[in-house]
Amino acid sequence: MVLKEKLDQIKETYIAYEEKVGESLKKRPERKETFESGSGEIVNRLYTPLNIENFDYEKDLGMPGSFPYTRGVQPNMYRGRLWTMRMYAGFATAEESNKRYKFLIEQGSMGLSVAFDLPTQIGYDSDHPLAEGEVGKVGVAIDSLADMEILFDGIPLDKVSTSMTINAPASVLLAMYIAVAEKQGVTPEKLRGTIQNDILKEYIARGTYIFPTEASMRLITNIFEYCSKEVPQWNTISISGYHIREAGSTAAQEVGFTLADGIAYVEAAINAGLDVDTFAPRLSFFFNAHNDILEEVSKFRAARRLWAKIMKERFNAKKPKSMQLKFHTQTGGSTLTAQQPENNIVRVAIQTLAAVLGGTQSLHTNSKDEALALPTEESVRTALRTQQIVAYESGAADTVDPLAGSYFIEAKTKEIEEEAMEYIRKIDEIGGAPRAIDNGYIQQEIMDAAYNYQRDIENGKRIIVGMNKFQTKEEPPKGLLRVDPIVGELQKKKLKDLRARRDNELIKERLENLRKACEGNDNLMPYILDAVRVYATLGEICGVMRKVFGEYQQSIQL
Amino acid sequence: MDRPIRVLVAKPGLDGHDRGAKVIARALRDAGMEVIYTGLRQTPEQIVSAAIQEDVECIAMSILSGAHNTLLPKVVEILQKEGVDDILVLGGGVIPDEDIPFLKEKGIKEIFTPGTPTSKTIEFIRNNIKR
Amino acid sequence: MDLGARLLNGEKRAVARLITMIENNEKEAVNILKKYYNKTGKAHVIGITGPPGAGKSTLTDKLIKQLRKEGKTIGVIAIDPTSPFTGGSILGDRVRMNELSTDPGVFIRSMGTRGQLGGLSKATQGAVKILDIYGVDYIFIETVGVGQSEVDIAKNADTTLMVMVPGLGDDIQAIKAGIMEIGDVFAINKADRDGAKRTATEIEIMLDFNKTDRRPPVQKVIAIENKGIDELIVHIKEHMNYLKETGQLHKKRIKNSKLEIVDLIQQKMMNMILDRSSKEEIVDKLAKDVALRKLDPYSAGEKILEEIK
Repeated sequence: MVLKEKLDQIKETYIAYEEKVGESLKKRPERKETFESGSGEIVNRLYTPLNIENFDYEKDLGMPGSFPYTRGVQPNMYRGRLWTMRMYAGFATAEESNKRYKFLIEQGSMGLSVAFDLPTQIGYDSDHPLAEGEVGKVGVAIDSLADMEILFDGIPLDKVSTSMTINAPASVLLAMYIAVAEKQGVTPEKLRGTIQNDILKEYIARGTYIFPTEASMRLITNIFEYCSKEVPQWNTISISGYHIREAGSTAAQEVGFTLADGIAYVEAAINAGLDVDTFAPRLSFFFNAHNDILEEVSKFRAARRLWAKIMKERFNAKKPKSMQLKFHTQTGGSTLTAQQPENNIVRVAIQTLAAVLGGTQSLHTNSKDEALALPTEESVRTALRTQQIVAYESGAADTVDPLAGSYFIEAKTKEIEEEAMEYIRKIDEIGGAPRAIDNGYIQQEIMDAAYNYQRDIENGKRIIVGMNKFQTKEEPPKGLLRVDPIVGELQKKKLKDLRARRDNELIKERLENLRKACEGNDNLMPYILDAVRVYATLGEICGVMRKVFGEYQQSIQL
Repeated sequence: MDRPIRVLVAKPGLDGHDRGAKVIARALRDAGMEVIYTGLRQTPEQIVSAAIQEDVECIAMSILSGAHNTLLPKVVEILQKEGVDDILVLGGGVIPDEDIPFLKEKGIKEIFTPGTPTSKTIEFIRNNIKR
Repeated sequence: MDLGARLLNGEKRAVARLITMIENNEKEAVNILKKYYNKTGKAHVIGITGPPGAGKSTLTDKLIKQLRKEGKTIGVIAIDPTSPFTGGSILGDRVRMNELSTDPGVFIRSMGTRGQLGGLSKATQGAVKILDIYGVDYIFIETVGVGQSEVDIAKNADTTLMVMVPGLGDDIQAIKAGIMEIGDVFAINKADRDGAKRTATEIEIMLDFNKTDRRPPVQKVIAIENKGIDELIVHIKEHMNYLKETGQLHKKRIKNSKLEIVDLIQQKMMNMILDRSSKEEIVDKLAKDVALRKLDPYSAGEKILEEIK
């Protein structure tokens, strides 16, 4: 805190400064009337101690590794260990994805991140009519344990950490992972990784939901409970703001809505009888990194501080780990342009810096061609190299939270925290995140922001280099990655063979057990695991649950 | 009377990224059109049925899953089978340039890729619907 | 084949095109309706209204699915407001009824209110007739119960289903005045939520003031879980039986026909006046004089009427 007399003095010089600038503006006006951040917040000409008048180092920041964790969750951050460079990958068949994973490990990737195709994400087998044209397109097609065995062939599951972007059928894919490990002789307590498992943001922004809210929340708390006992090193959820931001939210909305989702999961687990400190340490988060680097760094810091306070004050968490917001970051897919794709490398570099200066635990960097198609091996390599350059050449990783104490950063951190808290309050008033999704409030807020953003681009208020300014005539890009349409047929054939050779009677029995369990109150994980082990398919298992639970219907707010 | 243009905005395929579809729906509304929005995971059959019942003049589809080469032509095919030849069919989303000639040949009149201003789409619809 | 014949032939495209023509006030469609008017009056017309967010579309979806199991055919007219600023609208009710899109026994049509004076009820009534001629057993008209014109439309149905939802707080007070008279059946959706009981009690108390011989039933439902749907359908059908047995259906239809005729006359007159006075120009000019206090509105009105006499 700055002394009062000192502040008064600064106020005087600040007023003098503004007068002086005001004079010169008459002759030479600034580039714009008002300056706005990436999220459309007003940015002042200058920040001084006056903007952080009530700033209290101990209360607002503290030391890294201690409450409220504004400066980071570890005491020495990247001086100990760099963030995990985790490249999201997966396409076509399990065989091809397996090859890509081995390539990435060779290139220095430190953890796997599995992308599944849409039928898998929505719990359909590759031979389902709705899967037509979608098999293997945006990720790998997994129909049964047999595919999962191929996917991780030759990759020791006790050595790697694996992140799986899977939500509605997360329990089934986690069960398959556990079953593959069993076959490798690796016991569940040795497994490290993350499942996304965040259904609320699927309802809000990403769209790969299956079951209605209540059933989905049950599946999620079942996983919390099961993993706390059997798979203790597994991150059971990755509460995601990434897709909320991609859908067009502002930075503050990203924090507010994501933490509101987090609150809903914590409440659901507590209501299911779990003690907060048994599952909270395994909660993790997933954020976006956009181009406005200063706003983004502030966002990450604000999210950490706010979550720590929520866990401590609202949920009475006792363990420090329960209060630490650990997060994965992905650079912003929606910030990439199809025009002049080379420019995207620069955008990704800025975003990488934002994530690192914001203290991320792991990072995926997008490839330059992702506004056009799935990335090629070469562009994935460049994206990974971007992280390595920031890690080893920029110096940004060598001291902890280097932007702390900047008047702008601290003011902005506080502003985002307050705005996010305002959203959480509003959602509490509505009755919690599930209710606020059901009545469309959250979607509507995001949509308003997205529409404003689009209008700003179209009326030239917001400049996107290469897209609405500095355009050049371009040749259409060449050498894009294409998924062979034959993949669908291949996968269908594999399924047919599998159905012919497995023990179908046994499967019937296991699926019936699962059905009964769904109707009762048991934890579903053991039943799903039993079905997976005997090669029941994803579609069959989700089919049983669809029958009992029904399907979610989206709420449209335009 | 100046009657509003009716447009069906649909998302074929399984991807849930509806930001583009929603933005375009709003932009069309603000341009004075009547937009029938059908939500996610629409099959080609559902899209055509809805288009017929709603008697729209344009079907605008947004797809980011990569299944465009399968699903978009199928919509045109079913329209033809139903004997409908007066609906303008458009596509948008992450669609590589090299797929566009194929899609146009299949009867999708125009493809709008990322970064297209909504005003361009609006203008295209106004100039190309059959009236 | 002409449109009318194709309509009788059960072609969905003909239904769709005719509704468009009626919406756009085209003469040819009116002629077809004149020709086949004697084929209307068979469908049970159900108005569904209630506050935004009550889950009307989801409920409609479930009611239809149930009726489809009985082999009934269904038409739906889903009405959403048109933006008064741009004249455009986003009609999103189909989202909740997507599975019905491809059902041959169901026809769903979305309509914008388009804001013309009396135009909406005219278009809706036209669409109901078209669906009736087409031959569906039930016609649902879904409107947001906020504007008077929407409530009017619901009122014109044989049975008006009022959908309520717990937790509206003071909103119910605002709706109160209107719902007493128009609700034939009440549904409390999302009945598993806190406050469902209170909402039910509030409605019951209001109904206590009802002086007619039939007390509207209040049914709790949870539409997304398909709970209470069967019971709700029984109530809807019972209301129709009641209308028939007491002869009220006939009376109600006479009343509605009278309203419709009067409406049509009003519109014709309006058009006539506006035409005679050379397309609104004279009205506009007189309006200017009235606004400037050069003329009073009474004399202005008389002046225009003088012209057509």
